[in-house]
This record gives sequence, structure tokens and C-alpha cells, in this order.
Amino acid sequence: MEVAVLAMLVGVVLGLALAMVRMSGLKSITWFAVGWIELARNTPALLQLFFFGFGLGAFGVHLSPFLIVLCGLSFNNAGYLAETFRGGFNAIPPTQIKAARSLGMTPTQAYTRIVIPQVMRVVYHPMTNQMVWSVLMSSLAMLVGYRELAGETQFLASKTYRIFEFFLVTAVIYYFMVKLILVGSRLLSWRLFRY
Amino acid sequence: MDSVSVFTDFQFSDLGFLAEAAGRTLLISVLAISIGTVLGCIFGWVLSATRLAGEATLGVILDVFRSVPLIIQLILFYNFFPIIGFNVSPFAAGTIVLIFYTSALVAAVARGGIDAVSANLRRASRSLGMTYWQDLRYIVWPIGLRAVLPSWAGVALGVLKDSALVSVLGYVELLRASQILITRTQEPFLILTVVGAFYFALSFPISRITARLERRWQYD
Repeated sequence: MEVAVLAMLVGVVLGLALAMVRMSGLKSITWFAVGWIELARNTPALLQLFFFGFGLGAFGVHLSPFLIVLCGLSFNNAGYLAETFRGGFNAIPPTQIKAARSLGMTPTQAYTRIVIPQVMRVVYHPMTNQMVWSVLMSSLAMLVGYRELAGETQFLASKTYRIFEFFLVTAVIYYFMVKLILVGSRLLSWRLFRY
Repeated sequence: MDSVSVFTDFQFSDLGFLAEAAGRTLLISVLAISIGTVLGCIFGWVLSATRLAGEATLGVILDVFRSVPLIIQLILFYNFFPIIGFNVSPFAAGTIVLIFYTSALVAAVARGGIDAVSANLRRASRSLGMTYWQDLRYIVWPIGLRAVLPSWAGVALGVLKDSALVSVLGYVELLRASQILITRTQEPFLILTVVGAFYFALSFPISRITARLERRWQYD
């Protein structure tokens, strides 16, 4: 769970950076952002985890299971979020920035007071979804040996051979975790987007 | 005496092995997506037609498939059958779970599509003498499809990638094949790259086509 939240935070930062880079139009670095985004979106998350786990191991870089999961999920989240953010920024007509500037705002003011609040509104719902995906994807961690909820379950299940029972409980826990996130985000959105 | 190594290098014929495994990934995905989509459209229609009653029953059930990690669903389902007394193959279990998973995702999409058609439009078609089914077939379907095709493609791509998880049950699809090869060749980086390229080749064209469709339909 905490690895999912951490991966989400890193993903937001990296995703924002990737979106900026992709929109910047600088040829030399755009290809990097595009490559990252397309790779993250077009290969399975599990493959990405294996890549950070076993793939890097080939170069003698051995990450701890926690780092494997964190890197893999962050890589994946960043790719998806970058596209979300890009969509958000594209939804704001550039004339609004010009209008804000001509009203005497500095560029920073125009961004923080006009653009960002509107972008937030557009990307809020997709971001909630990504958070849910992040939690669900963190269950893949059990396959690279990190003992979060699913990993711990597998560990206990293999000790007791009561596979079905243990995973049933885990499924219920995941269900309520997801519900909690959705309800929380709904409440937060009422508070944030009142007008 | 020469020492015999159990590990052999990555050979050209291994590409054939991977391609075969990619075929199995494609098979299980196509099965899941096609059957899941049909089921999902029916579920979506039920959800949209019955409102609260459907939401309280079918909606809740479908929600479970979306809120529990796929990997847990697979393990649960696969281990459920021995309890009631008979075994299922990894392929059957994986396909069935993927079908329900897909149908749950598609149901939400289909419901959105039906709701995207304005009620006035439907009233108009009914007052022109169309039957309920004609209205559904000639009015709701074409307009709704246009509204949700991109999200449907997103779901389809997601399922294609999520089919990698069936490897957990032991079904030899693309990802499992890569694990087998890695064990033999001890060259994880090369093989994971190749497998990544396979997935990319399956998924990237579809996402490009949808992005183009989306752009073209935006301006009508």
C-alpha cells in the first residue's frame, strides 16, 4: 500500500516533468519523453517490474524488492500520468494565458492562478483512477518477492496451503482499500472544487 | 573432460518460441476481449435500462471485478475449482477470469456510451415510430459507439497487457515464455527487451489507430 502511494507521488512528479518535456517541443529531449511514455503505456506492468528486477540485474545493478516495485510502478504511473497532464494542459486555451498576461499578471501568476487550478480540475478524476490502478498494480509486487499485502498473503498461503482462504481475505481488503480511495477522493473533490 | 554447461545462448529458434507464445497471448486476449465485449455491452445495457435496481445488483458485482487486483482474481478462481472437486486448466481459468474482468470494464464503458445519447434524441426516434430495438440499433448504437470507442480501445489494450498475468497460473504465454528462456540462457536483459518489443508491436499499432480515430471524430 505505501509503495503504491509512494509510486504515485513519484509518478506525478515524473509525469508532470515528462508532459512538460513533451510539450516543450525541444527535439533533443522530446524523443526521450515520448519513448518513456509509449514504453510505459504499451508494455505490461509486470514486464516493467521484471525489467527493473532481472533486467537490471544483468548489469550488476541489484535493487531490493521494494526498490524494484517502486521503480517499476513509478515508471508506469509516470507514463500514464504524463498523457493525462498533457490532455489537461491542452484543455486550457492559450488565449487565457495571453488574457492573464495582458491583465498585468506575471507568467508565474498566470500559471499558478489561471492554468494550474483549471488543469487540476481536468486531471483530478483520471488521477484518482491512476491511484486506484497503482494500488491494484502493487499486488504484482508478490511476483518479485516484495512482501506487501499480496506478497504476504502468498507467503502465508504457501506456508499453510490454505490458498483460497487467504486470497479471499486479501481480495476483500483490496476491495475496501479501493472503495476508501474513491470515497476519499469524492469528499476531497467537493472541498476542492466547490465553485 | 569438458565441462558441460546447462546454459545455452539465446538462439535464433528461440525467437520462434517467443512468437508462438505471443500467438498464445494474442489468442487469450482476443477470446477475452471479444466475448467480454459482447457480455459487457449486454451488462452495460442492463445497467443503463434498469437504473437503481441494476446498479444495486449487477453493478455491485461488476464493481468487484474492477476493485480487486486481477492477479488475486486469477489465483482465487484457479484455486476455487479443486475445492469443489474438479480441476480446470490454467488456460480455461485464465480465459474465464479475463472474460469477466473485460466484461466488467466494458460494461462501464457501454453504459457511458448509452447515457451519452441524449434522451431527447431517443424520444424523437420513438415518436417517429421506431420500436425500442430499432431505436437501440439505429440511433443509440452508432452515436454511443462513436462516443466510447476510444475508451473501449483503452480497455482492450489493458486486457492485452493484463493477459501477461495469466502466466502466474502456469499458462505459457509471452511473459512466461520469457521466464523459461531466461532460466535457460541467463540473459534476462536481452530477452526482456525482445519480449517488450513483442508486446509493443502488438499494442502500439492499436493505440495509434485509436488515437487517429479519436482525432478524426472530434470535429464532426
